[in-house]
Amino acid sequence: MWNWLKKWYHKLGSPRYFYEITGAWLPWVWPLAVLTLGAGLVWGLAFAPPDYQQGNSYRIIFIHVPAASAALLGYVAMGVAGLVALVWRMKMAEIMIKAIAPFGATLAAIALITGAIWGKPTWGTWWVWDARLTSMLILLFLYLGVIALQNAITDPRQAGRAAGLLAVVGVINVVIVKYSVQWWNSLHQGSTIRMTEESTMPPEMLTPLLISMAGFYLLFACIVLVNARSEVLWRERRANWVRRELSNVL
Amino acid sequence: MTGFAPTLARELRLGLCARAEIINPLFFFLMVVTLFPLGLDPEPDLLRRIGPGVVWVAALLAVMLSLDQLFRRDYESGALEQLLVAPVALYFPVLARLLGHWLLTGLPLVVLSPVLGGLFALPAAVLDELALSLLLGTPILTVVGAIGAALTTGLGRGGMLLALLVLPLYVPVLIFGAGVVGRSLAGYDVDAVFALLGALLALAVSLGPLAVAAGLRISSGD
Repeated sequence: MWNWLKKWYHKLGSPRYFYEITGAWLPWVWPLAVLTLGAGLVWGLAFAPPDYQQGNSYRIIFIHVPAASAALLGYVAMGVAGLVALVWRMKMAEIMIKAIAPFGATLAAIALITGAIWGKPTWGTWWVWDARLTSMLILLFLYLGVIALQNAITDPRQAGRAAGLLAVVGVINVVIVKYSVQWWNSLHQGSTIRMTEESTMPPEMLTPLLISMAGFYLLFACIVLVNARSEVLWRERRANWVRRELSNVL
Repeated sequence: MTGFAPTLARELRLGLCARAEIINPLFFFLMVVTLFPLGLDPEPDLLRRIGPGVVWVAALLAVMLSLDQLFRRDYESGALEQLLVAPVALYFPVLARLLGHWLLTGLPLVVLSPVLGGLFALPAAVLDELALSLLLGTPILTVVGAIGAALTTGLGRGGMLLALLVLPLYVPVLIFGAGVVGRSLAGYDVDAVFALLGALLALAVSLGPLAVAAGLRISSGD
């Protein structure tokens, strides 16, 4: 099993193999992502019971929390890809960093915007310097830094490894930011607002939330794969297999 | 420790020849701090509350801007290339480089900071805490910023990009560093915060030069 996994991992490092195998996966993963996301959102937005305190306005949680958690997970995934790119100089890992960053930043932005929209009716303000909000904002900045560095360097391989190093440093930083911001927030003592603790959530709300989260993860995976595949085609555009592939399409 | 002492000596000698590189960040620090009372109300109560944060943010910006040139001169002259092909581990030369840079640009900021704290009506009792927080914090800023500087060295446009890369990484240092004086003024014990800053410093000094070295290798197209 281990040997098989190791071999498969090395095979995935080949852009051609990656392109072919993800081409076989995508027709399955896309419908699965759409179904899961659709089920989670429809259940959450239309059928889950209203909150006893917040009424229906809490329903934005079914977008807000999955987006935030996918953004965080995406950054960690980018850090892992960065480490692989630095240590083994794997071309596919560099491509993955480039594929993850834009949608991860989008998800962080979605989490922040939905958080602001949710904050207005419940907290009475669009923004508070709450620990979680602040860490999500910093996460968005970290994503933007990776994208900016990626864009500034013209050589794609150099850009990939530079972005990889920044992502690795960023992952260590995300952990420190999280704790420092919590500490800072406790210093200010200003906001007495607490988010509902997840563990106290009744199952009628938790189930659609978990389904919606799975949907967001799957959607994220699909978009990353599509981005990575087009990047593979671009980088390998002079290879014979790409020409053959494209001549079939055109 | 191969390469530590010669690199440090070289860095200090070069730095002392180009005095503007030491003095400019210092003036920048002073001027940015001066802008805040001018832009706000020079009322002592307000100044005392914002003072530690303003001094910290200004120090952070001064360190960051001074780093833009850290590796550029050596990159252009080819000295960096020589260092990269030298048969020694990059860790110690890079560490010496950063130490030299900090001694020339970071340490003067620390020395000047009590004066600026005085301008912000901070009580004399917390001025040494302000300086100590910067003494522990500015080396972290130098090391972390140097990672960004290493990655942007080969690029024509450094400054703004460097800021985008580095500022999010500076957040924890800023929070702990600027929090020291605020806590102290509120009557809390600040030893724990100093310990946290020290921990961050240990992390930065032990792992940072490795990341800087990796960044230099990437930038040189290796």
